[in-house]
Amino acid sequence: MREALDQWAFVWAAYAISIGGTALTIGWSWLAMHRAERRRERSRER
Amino acid sequence: MHGFANPARFLRIARWLTPVLLFGGIAITAVALLWGLFRVPPDRLMGETVRILFVHVPAAWLGMGGWMTIAVASLVELVWRHPLAGIAARAAAVPGAAFTAICLLTGSIWARPTWGTWWVWDGRLTSFLVLLFLYFGYIALSDAAQRDSGSSRVAAIFGLVGAVNIPIINRSVVWWNSLHQPPSITMGKSAIDAAFLWPLLAATLGFSMIFGAIILLRMRALLADIQADARLRRKAMRGTSGMEAQA
Repeated sequence: MREALDQWAFVWAAYAISIGGTALTIGWSWLAMHRAERRRERSRER
Repeated sequence: MHGFANPARFLRIARWLTPVLLFGGIAITAVALLWGLFRVPPDRLMGETVRILFVHVPAAWLGMGGWMTIAVASLVELVWRHPLAGIAARAAAVPGAAFTAICLLTGSIWARPTWGTWWVWDGRLTSFLVLLFLYFGYIALSDAAQRDSGSSRVAAIFGLVGAVNIPIINRSVVWWNSLHQPPSITMGKSAIDAAFLWPLLAATLGFSMIFGAIILLRMRALLADIQADARLRRKAMRGTSGMEAQA
């Protein structure tokens, strides 16, 4: 007998992982760039 | 091509291109995903789970595209010693690994209601898992090379050799029996109905633009770090030679 699964629950889980993972990667990369460019500016001032 | 080897010229282009790709990509992806979620009808066989393909397929494309970026940039670095090529290869590794992981996770979520199992050890799934481990290996090698101020040649060779996995992933559903369906989109042909194809293409374009923006962000970070390190080294050497002259 086939299990009765709520297909929408799987759809929402997949979208949450994709959007969350992409947002995390963007945020991490933006922070890394911001931090590195500030460090470069500080090295210029010293 | 060598014109783009100049970091100053690259930074001038990257500064305006990054927000264009990032915000353009986010807008296109948002429209494509809302279209896929609320406008596309359920599939005759897959039902509502067909909507997962609008995130799974772009993630698969970018997981493989990320490694192709690493392979081409590594080749350019090894052959022409293009200073930005090594940086581009390193910048593609983390987003490539992230999208490979997203592809594996969303594929597993799609498989449970469709195939009745989270995972099977078939050619497509296994070769894609191998791709994730290749990314981890590449990231570890290139980080070690940067930390120890060593040569990035080993990472570049690893990036080139690892590209052998890409045609294996692509052909795995043709070479071996698999639960995974054969390619639906080939050169100039598509077995997908237009109702699903257009939002899928839009999502792939949107995610690809975001991927490009992430690579530019990471290249800018790596370049800024290299420039700061070089400046601090020069200042330290000047300080040492000044002290020697006084002595």
